Amino acid sequence: MSSKLKRQPPAVTFLIVTILAIWMLLAAFPFLWTLWGSFKVEGDFFSKANWANALTGTLTAAETGGRFTGDGYHGAWIQEEFWRAAWNSVIVCFFVVTISLTLGTLGGYALARSTYRYAFWFLLAALIFRAMPPITLVSGYLPVFFQWNLWGHTATTIIVLVAINQPFTLWMLHSFFKNIPAELDESAMVDGCTRFQAFRNVIIPVMWPGVITTGLFSFLLAYNDFAVTAMLLSKENQTMIPKVASFLGTTQTKGNVMFAVSSVVSVTAPLFLMIMFFQRQIVGGLTAGAVKG
Amino acid sequence: MLFIFFPIISVVVQSFHVEHEQVIRSVETCDLFGCKQSTTIDQEATAALRAESPLGQFAGLTTYLDRNHLAVDEVGATWNRTDSWRDFGSQMLNLPFYKAMGFTLTYTFVVTPLVIILGFVIAVAVNSATRVLRGPLIFFSLLPMMITPLVGALILFWMVDARGIIGTTLQYLAGDPNLSVKASTPLMWIMLMVYGVWHSAPFAFIVYYAGLQTVSQDTLEAARVDGASRWLQIRHVIIPHLLPLTTFIALMQLMDNFRVFEPIVSFAANAHATSLSWAIFNDLGGETRQLSSAAATSVLTIIGVAILLSPVLVRTWRDFDRK
Amino acid sequence: MFLKKVALASALSITAGAAFAACEISGNVSIVGNEFPAIHTVANGAAACTGGEVKANLTADHQKINLAGMQGNPAEYTSAIIANSSIVALMNEDVIRPLDDLVAAYGQDIPKNQLITIDGKIMAVAFMANAQTLAYRKDVLEEIGVEVPTTYEEVLEAAEKIRAAGISQYPVGGAYAAGWNLAEEFVNMYIGHGGEFYVPGSAEVAINNEQGVAALNMMKALTEYMNPDFLTHDSNATGAEMEAGNVMMMNMWGSRMGNLMDDEGAEEQVYSNITVGGPLTVGGGTTPASTLWWDGWTVAKNISDEDAVATFLAMKNGTSPAILNEETMSQAVWMIEGYTPAPVNDGVFAAIAAGTTSYPMLPYQGLLHTALGDNLSDFLLGKESAEQALADVEAAYTTAAKEKGFLQ
Repeated sequence: MSSKLKRQPPAVTFLIVTILAIWMLLAAFPFLWTLWGSFKVEGDFFSKANWANALTGTLTAAETGGRFTGDGYHGAWIQEEFWRAAWNSVIVCFFVVTISLTLGTLGGYALARSTYRYAFWFLLAALIFRAMPPITLVSGYLPVFFQWNLWGHTATTIIVLVAINQPFTLWMLHSFFKNIPAELDESAMVDGCTRFQAFRNVIIPVMWPGVITTGLFSFLLAYNDFAVTAMLLSKENQTMIPKVASFLGTTQTKGNVMFAVSSVVSVTAPLFLMIMFFQRQIVGGLTAGAVKG
Repeated sequence: MLFIFFPIISVVVQSFHVEHEQVIRSVETCDLFGCKQSTTIDQEATAALRAESPLGQFAGLTTYLDRNHLAVDEVGATWNRTDSWRDFGSQMLNLPFYKAMGFTLTYTFVVTPLVIILGFVIAVAVNSATRVLRGPLIFFSLLPMMITPLVGALILFWMVDARGIIGTTLQYLAGDPNLSVKASTPLMWIMLMVYGVWHSAPFAFIVYYAGLQTVSQDTLEAARVDGASRWLQIRHVIIPHLLPLTTFIALMQLMDNFRVFEPIVSFAANAHATSLSWAIFNDLGGETRQLSSAAATSVLTIIGVAILLSPVLVRTWRDFDRK
Repeated sequence: MFLKKVALASALSITAGAAFAACEISGNVSIVGNEFPAIHTVANGAAACTGGEVKANLTADHQKINLAGMQGNPAEYTSAIIANSSIVALMNEDVIRPLDDLVAAYGQDIPKNQLITIDGKIMAVAFMANAQTLAYRKDVLEEIGVEVPTTYEEVLEAAEKIRAAGISQYPVGGAYAAGWNLAEEFVNMYIGHGGEFYVPGSAEVAINNEQGVAALNMMKALTEYMNPDFLTHDSNATGAEMEAGNVMMMNMWGSRMGNLMDDEGAEEQVYSNITVGGPLTVGGGTTPASTLWWDGWTVAKNISDEDAVATFLAMKNGTSPAILNEETMSQAVWMIEGYTPAPVNDGVFAAIAAGTTSYPMLPYQGLLHTALGDNLSDFLLGKESAEQALADVEAAYTTAAKEKGFLQ
């Protein structure tokens, strides 16, 4: 790819660099600003007097004696035991991603290769389910879960999240599998492989970009979900987002917003490592010559 | 499958029913601060009604047609009363359902194409960068989607405040020291849409990016040998290859944007803009939960999504036919 | 700062262990309630009981799950901690039990005024109070030479002087965020004008009247002196405006005064001069334009009598004088014997003394509150007349009340 870049006229290179630079600024600036601000006190970072306070840290100096303070982190992780919620999130995310990818790859592959009309109806039904606002769904589930004593357990939440996410996963993998030429596995089957062997030996090696991307979305859904986790999990099984929400305060009481900010910043770091790890798989992709399209 | 369809059926059933008649009685209520006359529900009388029909009174389409939803009577009356389209339109926007639809549709049709275009441009740009840079580029591109909206929007909300860093910059650029995004309806709409694009563009980006990895290098090579310029390569090789993915992104984005909800709550924008999902949230979030009303709005949302997606669905249907 | 809190917390747990050892229960207790420090204190007090399991699920979303969690049989939650606005949702569905026999058998020592009775039946036991009152900047009012306002009209005059003196362009604050907050401000102002929300004895709304229009006009007049973003300002944002030194007078919750007056989030000049006043009146009325709130606990209906007794005893223990100590004393305006109010609580007591009415505890008030929150912002934005806004509220409420069976 880098060789391709060299062959480009300078105008194109310049355009690409400009686009990337602007986009990086837009995408990363709020985060970097938050990272910086998480070491300040609330009065500075959310200053109603002057935004520059967040840079100079006037009140931070007055309240803590230094220009930077780790109070937000200390409060969230030690005082409020945020690590419990973080661990619960790890469990929920892991199972949601594993289950929905397993079901999704098999189902998506079958749907993409199937010639029957039912695939269409299935996807349509799945879409309608996704069109339903989650808050209505959860309200529908609540009385039943309480009745059957399923409420509050991590497993229940995982199943609901998988159910909500599955139509999306199926559809997305379906689109990816359709992009992989059917000749690939058909030729394998001509060579004497069963459908399953063809899937295992031919499709799995080339499906990683699609699967990783889909997995990323399942992960983000489980990780960022508020509507479901806030209402279905008991206190000890609570995941991060409801925990963060509880730092924000309500009408009659003031919360501790800096706890929320610092916990969000601190859980972004592992995400960075994760993406750096998986980007090889995404970038890997198909090697030239593997596909005779 | 049962697990998936049980709640949908229960919501549909719920939307056709309203609560029992509540028998109200005047009583004396005493609290910390003294006694006063008030009313309460006569539980014995109401329990009898409840036992008779546990689902509530069957109401048919009444809930759908009442003022807080399709408002058929009010629309009819307005139609007869007003004599210009302009007048009619402004009266309609006073009805909660049409007010919500106004914003929801505008948002959907502005944000969806922009997300697709921006996502595509970024994907192509990142794909042309050197390999070493791509990891960090991908990470930072995904940030808007990864930071939980709860806190992400809180911080952005503060940044666009008249005294926040973006708000101050806007005032400087516009040359108006009293400019406040949060006080004006048009600016609030624009801000919600900008946020929507910013938040969803990474989605389109990463899908396209993954799709770009499966573009056949042979075809590209052949095109290059034939002397196709970079633009022609994109136009004739890459875009056709990514078309199924575009359908997918369009479907997902239309659907998700039609359900726009989080930014309205996070930006406290409900004075200026409401959406169907927000209306459901509002029905369920009060001290007294309006289940029938929320159920009816949910069904209307699903119908809305179905109508919106019908062109794409018809296309997919044809695809299946062709096979 | 944190060390201090941690030290106090550990001190609390030691004293708690000693003070609560007397509570002995035989049954399981499960509490659902809102999440803030005072409620945590109550839940911890209840959890100090031995002999049975005591669980607590405290979350800001408690109102979304308490009803569903109490409707099952047996109920998931044996007790819900609620406020006067939210108890009606539980009573409407008949999921909480009258406490008369439990009080007779086990609760003779609970002061009578803590018992909330509806139709002669004890339905809840209150343990803390709250109200919105004036918070003002002492130094600024002195500078412009104005007495502390007692009416909204005086607030407007003072605001004009502050603006004219160039001290602040937007000196008035208020939680006017569209939705629940805005509706609450209207309820205050309407009560202050002597309005009645309903045709007596029925669920029929009647707010499109003189008092309603006067209340809206006063709100509009106040917003002229507020930051133009007022429709997005909840109590968090308004509090921040005051701490930043922009707002000089505002109507604020008693429970938040402590945060305004502590040394966090503001310059010394600001926080040392923030003072709590009484509730304001309006339009020459004598009833303050404010509402009183209480938080209390209930016992679920669909549970065994054994668990009900255990719940009653545990909750009684959680709201007994024993929970009060140096740390918990400042968490709320406790309605518990042995509580000594701090200066930050002056407002709430002034509100009680001034005869402020409590927030209406009516089965359908929640519907009206939602309708108010949705429809009043158009008037404040100048998009429609006061009469039109009130007519919209009435229409939205009437439709919702029909769906809920309150009106036919």
